[in-house]
Amino acid sequence: MKNRAKFLAYPYLVWMAIFIVIPLFLVLFYSLTKGNIHDPSSLSFSLESYARVFEVNYLKVIWKSFKLAFISTLFCFVLGYPVALIISTVKAKYKSILLMFFLVPIWMNFLLRTYAWMSILSPNGFINRLLSFLGLPTLSIMPGQTAVVLGMIYNFLPFMVLPIYTVLSKIDRSVIEAAMDLGANKIRTFFNVIFPLTVPGIISGITMVFMPAVSTFVISRLLGGNKELLIGNLIEQQFTVQRDWHFGSALSIILMIMILISMAVMSKFESDNDNGGAPTW
Amino acid sequence: MSKKIIELNNVTKRYNDVTAVDNINLYIRENEFITLLGPSGCGKTTTLRMIGGFEEPDEGDILFDGVRINDVPPYKRNINTVFQRYALFTHLNVYENIAFGLRIKKVPKDEMDRRIKRMLKLVELEGFETRHVDSLSGGQQQRVAIARALVNEPKVLLLDEPLGALDLKLRKEMQIELMNMQKNVGITFIYVTHDQEEALTMSDTVVVMNKGIIQQVGTPVDIYNEPENRFVADFIGESNIIEGIMHEDYLVEFSGRKFKCLDKGFQQNEPVDVVIRPEDIDITEPDKGLIQGVVTSVVFKGVHYEMMVEGGGFEYMIQSTDMQPVGVNVGLTFEPEDIHVMKRGS
Ligand SMILES: Nc1ncnc2c1ncn2[C@@H]1O[C@H](COP(=O)(O)OP(=O)(O)OP(=O)(O)O)[C@@H](O)[C@H]1O
Ligand SMILES: [Mg+2]
Repeated sequence: MKNRAKFLAYPYLVWMAIFIVIPLFLVLFYSLTKGNIHDPSSLSFSLESYARVFEVNYLKVIWKSFKLAFISTLFCFVLGYPVALIISTVKAKYKSILLMFFLVPIWMNFLLRTYAWMSILSPNGFINRLLSFLGLPTLSIMPGQTAVVLGMIYNFLPFMVLPIYTVLSKIDRSVIEAAMDLGANKIRTFFNVIFPLTVPGIISGITMVFMPAVSTFVISRLLGGNKELLIGNLIEQQFTVQRDWHFGSALSIILMIMILISMAVMSKFESDNDNGGAPTW
Repeated sequence: MSKKIIELNNVTKRYNDVTAVDNINLYIRENEFITLLGPSGCGKTTTLRMIGGFEEPDEGDILFDGVRINDVPPYKRNINTVFQRYALFTHLNVYENIAFGLRIKKVPKDEMDRRIKRMLKLVELEGFETRHVDSLSGGQQQRVAIARALVNEPKVLLLDEPLGALDLKLRKEMQIELMNMQKNVGITFIYVTHDQEEALTMSDTVVVMNKGIIQQVGTPVDIYNEPENRFVADFIGESNIIEGIMHEDYLVEFSGRKFKCLDKGFQQNEPVDVVIRPEDIDITEPDKGLIQGVVTSVVFKGVHYEMMVEGGGFEYMIQSTDMQPVGVNVGLTFEPEDIHVMKRGS
């Protein structure tokens, strides 16, 4: 029985090898070499690409990517948590309708959604036409960081709401009643029981928002114009425009390492929270 | 007698079209161990939740120490609850679970430590302070739940089928532990169970409920020996419930003959239900019995045999150590005090 189950995993293992492990090694290989990729004999070991990553203008791009992803994640959390809380507390029949509101945009094509934001935010887009119609001064947020952050929040908010909502809806009502029974009013019950119990959901929400936000290139290109290059755009350009696969690979590896470090910090944070120690009163 | 700590006056609770609790009147005395007993869905939990403050009655009043508390939220009541499925805080360890209520009341650290130590001793969980509650067995979790409630020294402790999830052996142990704890700490216990044996073993007072209505309130002995109606007789222990006629005080007719009994206060020739407990019937020679019959089945029950005897137009259940095989003619005897006459219910 056990062996047969193992056997069933082989196709997936083969898939993983072909489409995940091998490409990963290729990326690593290119990042550590220089020369013409079409002429294997010209390739030689080199850390040149990594050295270039640490040039100031590239560091600036990396810094900006992390900053915008961080701001977007923060906003997604601040906006998303209350939404998840509300959805989890409304009556069952409204619950599915509210959830639909949040899920329907995900079913729509990602590019389409971002183009929609373009037409809302662009200099003569919906918002500005409304403002000038009302005789108010127009805004110029697109192209710019604000537009990029708005686009990220809009696109990734559901990925914050869903995991938090899932954890919230799994909390046993009697646990909340137990807190109230022991003297906690609604506010204390929230901060001392509900919030700590949703930490795993928050962590996966943050992960699911931060990772795509830090590596996006579509949102930054469409809403940021050419002004707001992010690390995603930089990597994309190396493979499409610059044809410098070595530098592109090095950037990818650095991005991956930084994401891994962020996640490690997050899960450390989670296990600290989980040690059963005294709550913050 | 000690004073009434909780009173329920004409309390009714409806959920949509279900009347979960139907106009009940009940008072609970200080330091009493009172048990709400009844079949599933009879309104026990609803009654308890109204006392705890988790539901508001639609009609009637709930008084605590003589003060109406209908709309007082749970966190302002001097009452704590042991929930049916424990409802422990899984993000906190054993110590912090028990400390929860004390921290909210801002009890000083050293006093908190002392009280928690004492509780852990009481529930025999010393040394478990830093254990994660998920890593405890069902019985241990149960005891944490009890300690978490008791440490607040409430005036009243509500327990909703706290032993429901435990196996029989642990259940029996915990029954005794709970009874001892209640005596030691001197707190009023309101206990919910659908297990009649548990109710009779543990309680000072038993409240038998059915369909949201209180059927009988009394001591375990009263409830067992003097059931007020067919439902109580049937629900508490095994019984033979025979239709009969009360001719006059102390004289009842059933199974085709008249018997002396100890009951009075019925109308002349009033139709009644008669209860005789299976263990109160003795088997004799056919000609020495009050009723003659034939044994139709025998089941060995460990301590005794359970026999069905057909006679006098009724199939009597008898529990006796004296076994008679199937098909044998026997006589049945019982004493006047073994006959319990009840008003005929609907
Ligand atoms: N929140 C609710 N919404 C609707 N109906 C409810 C609700 N709570 C209880 N009821 C109904 O009220 C009645 C009494 O329920 P209650 O939980 O008090 O029964 P119980 O005696 O505790 O039963 P059990 O032994 O199964 O726990 C049942 O018919 C139940 O379906
Ligand atoms: Mg119940």
